[in-house]
Amino acid sequence: MTALDLTKKAGFALAVATIVTVSVFPFYYAVITSFETGTALFEVNYLPQGFDFGNYLAVLGQQAFPRNVLNSVFIATATVGAALLLAVTAAYALSRVRFRGRGLLLMTILAVSMFPQIAVLSGLFEMVRFLGIFNTPWAMILSYTIFTLPFTVWVLTTFMRDLPVEIEEAAIVDGASPWVVITQVFLPLLWPAMVTTGLLAFIGAWNEFLFALTFTASETTRTVPVAIALLSGASQFETPWGTIMAASVIVTVPLIVLVLIFQRKIVAGLTAGGVKG
Amino acid sequence: MTDMTAPLSDTAPPSDARPRALRKEPDLEARRRRAAFWFLAPMLAMLICVAAWPLARSIYFSFTDTTLTSLYDGRWVGFDNYLSYRQLSSGRVVWRGTLADPAWWNAVWNTVRFAAISVSLETVLGLMVALVLNVRFPMRGLVRAAILIPWAIPTIVSAKMWGWMLNDQFGILNDMLLRAGLISEKIAWTANADTAMAAVILVDVWKTTPFMALLCLAGLQMIPRDIYEAAKVDGVHPVKVFFRVTLPLVRPALMVAVIFRMLDALRMFDLVYVLTPNSSATKTMSILSRENLIEFDKFAYGSAQSTLLFALIAIFVSLYIWLGKVDLGGRTPA
Amino acid sequence: MAHIQLHDIRKSYGAAEVIKGVDLEIRAGEFMVFVGPSGCGKSTLLRLISGLTSISSGELLFDGARMNSKVPSDRGIAMVFQSYALYPHMTVYENMAFGMKLAKAGKAAIRERVERAAEMLQIGHLLERLPRQLSGGQRQRVAIGRAICRDPRVFLFDEPLSNLDAALRVATRLEIAKLHHDMEKATMVYVTHDQVEAMTLADRICVLRDGKVEQVGTPADLYEKPNSTFVAGFIGSPKMNLLNGAIAAGHGCRTLGIRSEHIDITGEGAVWSGEVVHAEDLGSDTYLYVDIGAEEPVVVRREGRRAIALGETVGLRPRPENLHRFDAGGLPLH
Repeated sequence: MTALDLTKKAGFALAVATIVTVSVFPFYYAVITSFETGTALFEVNYLPQGFDFGNYLAVLGQQAFPRNVLNSVFIATATVGAALLLAVTAAYALSRVRFRGRGLLLMTILAVSMFPQIAVLSGLFEMVRFLGIFNTPWAMILSYTIFTLPFTVWVLTTFMRDLPVEIEEAAIVDGASPWVVITQVFLPLLWPAMVTTGLLAFIGAWNEFLFALTFTASETTRTVPVAIALLSGASQFETPWGTIMAASVIVTVPLIVLVLIFQRKIVAGLTAGGVKG
Repeated sequence: MTDMTAPLSDTAPPSDARPRALRKEPDLEARRRRAAFWFLAPMLAMLICVAAWPLARSIYFSFTDTTLTSLYDGRWVGFDNYLSYRQLSSGRVVWRGTLADPAWWNAVWNTVRFAAISVSLETVLGLMVALVLNVRFPMRGLVRAAILIPWAIPTIVSAKMWGWMLNDQFGILNDMLLRAGLISEKIAWTANADTAMAAVILVDVWKTTPFMALLCLAGLQMIPRDIYEAAKVDGVHPVKVFFRVTLPLVRPALMVAVIFRMLDALRMFDLVYVLTPNSSATKTMSILSRENLIEFDKFAYGSAQSTLLFALIAIFVSLYIWLGKVDLGGRTPA
Repeated sequence: MAHIQLHDIRKSYGAAEVIKGVDLEIRAGEFMVFVGPSGCGKSTLLRLISGLTSISSGELLFDGARMNSKVPSDRGIAMVFQSYALYPHMTVYENMAFGMKLAKAGKAAIRERVERAAEMLQIGHLLERLPRQLSGGQRQRVAIGRAICRDPRVFLFDEPLSNLDAALRVATRLEIAKLHHDMEKATMVYVTHDQVEAMTLADRICVLRDGKVEQVGTPADLYEKPNSTFVAGFIGSPKMNLLNGAIAAGHGCRTLGIRSEHIDITGEGAVWSGEVVHAEDLGSDTYLYVDIGAEEPVVVRREGRRAIALGETVGLRPRPENLHRFDAGGLPLH
């Protein structure tokens, strides 16, 4: 091995190390901060100083926070469930049936998924008031549909388009109606795609902030991101960094675990949603 | 059977070349189209309900003087929320409306600046990370998992995390920079008007570079390895290979990734709201619009601003697709 | 068992007509093969019969009943696809039972029919496996089994052997021939681009060219009495020698056709003579390529192994009774 090769290898290793450190360090630092209370919190520590669960007890002991987690779980699950239900049949129609205006429809759906949320905020606000669902989870479930539904339709359409045509034709010859093709032939083949799509939409709904901030008015109806953003300390000028970090770790760890488990599928889903070449 | 159908075809005009095609026969394709309609209907109804209708109402509100407390009492005021003028008795002309509002133009400038800088940085860094990950090395899977972490963390959480790291008194970043001797005194990154935008861009780049990297990586992995081997055999310099082979081939993927990110950046709300609250140096169009809508009870005025943002994004997307010839359908391989 | 009639069947996609008026009768219990070069419309024609593609104009009758608007499952057909098209998530048993299950047949009836079909194809031991656990040949048997279970009036095969390797293709071909023999009552329509498959399987062959029927007849008919230069060149291996120019003019036609086995190598009475430019020794036969001054060398079959050296000049005598004469339009002269 020549000296040049060695430098190249070292440079490459350095690049990899930098990427990993920059990616992981902020979360690592949040985790060690979440285990610090009192004065330890206000010293800069690069290594964990021990495990003090005080912040976790404080945040979970609050009346509102566990409720906020439940709200988020319920809202995200319901939104994703509804979106998948509506999207599966729509994706079948968009990927499998030839009809006039299909391309235009697909572009419109993609356009809706890229809407700036603020552009519909006042209209949605009126609708939420009209339906009497202001400050309830239903306001979020309804409004999140604006981005989860187009996204799931788009991704499932891309996945469904890749299923072999002949399998569907064999099913048609066997007497399967479009509904039977979807439920008995395509769904069993598509469940990995469904899981991926669902997970991505779930993350989107879990992280949403603007609608949740606007359509909730009390501590107990907030979702997790709003709760964390508005978490305040004893006085207005004192930010409770310890509890904020504990709350952040609580809502992020499940997400990271899910993402790591499904990482390959997520990459496939992201590329299907964004780019396919 | 033939007898039954014969009269029908007789009724068709003789001039038509294919009289039978005129008859409505619900064959397989027709039945499938009908099924497709019913399959699409619920989704479309839902989208009209949550997207088209609210959008139309928002635009309508922008032409009225509706307030938050009396949503249905708004009067039509034309373009007053956008731009109007009044001549004072002194003869001086006073312009009013969003388009004459310095706060609005400040927000436009902030948003555009933020979007342009952060997306450029993300694209370059994302491509670099993707190039690194495209090389086979031990534990590559682990590294790829690691870069997914910033992406998986909710924006609000990353804003808080970074807010803590960028804290002027106790932040680890100031500590690092002090130890390295790069700064001589602690900097209030998020509060200081000069550095607030840099802080927002830093966090946004950290959070979204993985997305870019993964999309670029997907594009890179579609390039057949033979091409590189051929270039190697021909003795082409690696830098030249990158600009002449790699870049043109990932360009379609990159173009689509850039527009997705751009749209996201132009509607930026949550990160700025949490990381640098109430800082006019970072206030974006979305933030200003919501402030007017909900907090300042200038519902119609805020609607006008959100409509302008929508129009701006629509124009931008059309131009981008038209000029860049982006294939969003994404069926053509890279 | 169904008698199939096609009356002036046409199919167009927009302005492009791909099937240009096909009139054809397929007799009950017949094995009909559609053959032709790629793009001739043979697969489209099969799909029009199956109902998977809708007919633009014309009439399709099964036993006198109009089928144009019937969906595939109501036509009493079964189809075997080139890629097998097995349901990947179902076992072999479930694959074969799916159609009957959808038709709401009783459990016992399903089991009985599936087992009988499995026995016929010797796949009884595979019933609990998934398609991915099977070899290519086994998968195609399952696909055929699935077709049998539908107990159809008409079997449709769309290039079922193209995905198999050469040895397996011959074995499966025999199997299909046997199946047709065993199932006396079934009409079979089979699409292939391989004229050997067509010759060995068919009761009658329909040669298609550019969306039109070129010729229909028994394999022997097509071989011995091709009614165009196209059929003459397409059917038979090696293909018929087709000579133009002066040689043809000498026989009072534009194109003169003669099969390789109908030319004798002779010293006296030779009509043509030329140099042997190439020879293919197949063991049982030898094909000699003789340059007689035509556009291409004439192929001559000789039984046994060759005893003629390359470069040697030989005299050829075509048997007059086996000469085919065609006019400028490629049609036979009598």
